[in-house]
Amino acid sequence: MNFFSGKQLLALCEEQQMSIAQVMLAREQEVSGRTEEEVIAGVKHSLDVMFRSIDQGLASYDKSLGGLLSGHSKKIYGELGKESFYLPDRTMKAVAYALAVMESNARMGVIVAAPTAGSSGILPAVLRDAQETSGATMAQLVDAYLCAGAVGLIVMQNASISGAKGGCQAEIGTSTAMSAAALVQLKGGSPKQCLDAASFAFKNILGLACDPIAGLVEVPCAKRNGLGVLNAMYCADLALMEIGSLVPFDEIVDAMYHVGLSMPATLRETAMGGLAATPTAKRIERDLFANTELSKKK
Amino acid sequence: MLKNLYLQSISNIERVTIYSANHTEEKMGTNSLFDVIGPIMVGPSSSHTAGAAKLGKLARQLVHGEIVEVKFILYDSFARTYRGHGTGKALLGGVMGYDLDSEELKHAEMIATYQGLKFSFEEGQKDGIHPNSVDIHLIEASGKETILSGASVGGGNVAITSINGIETNLRTNLPAIVTHHRDRVGILSEITDILAKRNLNIAGMNLYRDAFGKNAYMVVEIDETFDEAISREIFESIDGIMDVFVLENR
Repeated sequence: MNFFSGKQLLALCEEQQMSIAQVMLAREQEVSGRTEEEVIAGVKHSLDVMFRSIDQGLASYDKSLGGLLSGHSKKIYGELGKESFYLPDRTMKAVAYALAVMESNARMGVIVAAPTAGSSGILPAVLRDAQETSGATMAQLVDAYLCAGAVGLIVMQNASISGAKGGCQAEIGTSTAMSAAALVQLKGGSPKQCLDAASFAFKNILGLACDPIAGLVEVPCAKRNGLGVLNAMYCADLALMEIGSLVPFDEIVDAMYHVGLSMPATLRETAMGGLAATPTAKRIERDLFANTELSKKK
Repeated sequence: MLKNLYLQSISNIERVTIYSANHTEEKMGTNSLFDVIGPIMVGPSSSHTAGAAKLGKLARQLVHGEIVEVKFILYDSFARTYRGHGTGKALLGGVMGYDLDSEELKHAEMIATYQGLKFSFEEGQKDGIHPNSVDIHLIEASGKETILSGASVGGGNVAITSINGIETNLRTNLPAIVTHHRDRVGILSEITDILAKRNLNIAGMNLYRDAFGKNAYMVVEIDETFDEAISREIFESIDGIMDVFVLENR
């Protein structure tokens, strides 16, 4: 059982009367030669590392390697319960989780690339939120993870998940699409609804540049992971309300890929354009590298 | 003129590449779920941190004795952003044997200092090199030096571009046997004989040498993990073998 596009995946789901998670589980057993139990154990281990990276991010006071990220997840967490803000506590808490993973990542903590290190905050955050506030069971979390994997796989096979190739829209875009589909799967939405949610996620950030300050996975990566959480929840809700995507998932992935290809190199993780080219970012970069200059080989 | 060309061609690195048919196929369609969501790694960057740790660990596997000193020559992006990405810590931690998900990587410099392992980082210049490249010089107590050059090519994947100055192009993640031997007729079949007797399937094979009858390296990639005793058998039973190393599944 295998699929290379959203269309093929939906056809398989229809034909086999299976969810995306079930198809992905069957496919994984085929390509890896592992048993169902082994695959599920792998997913549970990965979920465990994800949730630990949230806890470690929230608990640590260590500075990030580049020194640009510090304690924002803890700050948000501390502000919960006050009535002066717009978003509900539950939502901001999930945002804090995503920032916590990114802070862990920037301190050389252990994370799960989902699908990359720079976009590793979104999936753990929405899954932890679902567990805490929607009472998702471990079995549902495993299904959600599998569904996220299926969406990521299609993007990897047809476009790119790397900021250096396709900009932030490819990297955080994919992570958000995976997370949105996962949330729909978790609530028992149909396979088509899962891909609709993933489609919305890409549509909402199509064209976003990858422009990290000083080339580090810190600013703006962390807060864009926070945005990914909001985007994923929003898109999942749209799909669950049976609002369909006008353009099918495969066409959107293709559009994303072509937008990535037509982006100048300055906007693809080179720290030469966008936010990274602002005078402030340039000053930060100079200061950082002034202190880390390596001696030249004679 | 002709003579010159001839001399040039034999002094250049010559290379034989044998691949089984499906080995060169695109990865497309065979990506595991855990390639999509994964690897489990220390942050912050799969190319600058996880890939660096892998390269360090690979280099270590090419040395049998105790390493007393390690020198890293970093190029391009690796040199420019090594501190912000923990590239140096990851490389050093890898050389000390830590995996890409070991929390120890973060403290590699401290652990190395405590253990008395000397280390240094320098910036190098080379034309046409992959932006995330490094030369790793490992020095043993006897003074013997082993040099691995490699690149982190994205998503935590790495390529070994040379071993002790002999150009290579090793990119897969399969376990492998690396032999250092004197180039001679028939040595290849003697090595593959031993593998066949152990019922090990060869996924890919590369032979690299600096000149006819001189130094050569062979990298044999195997489809599954294997008993490391096989390296001793190859070392002891085949004439002209100078060293055998085992690269784990990475």
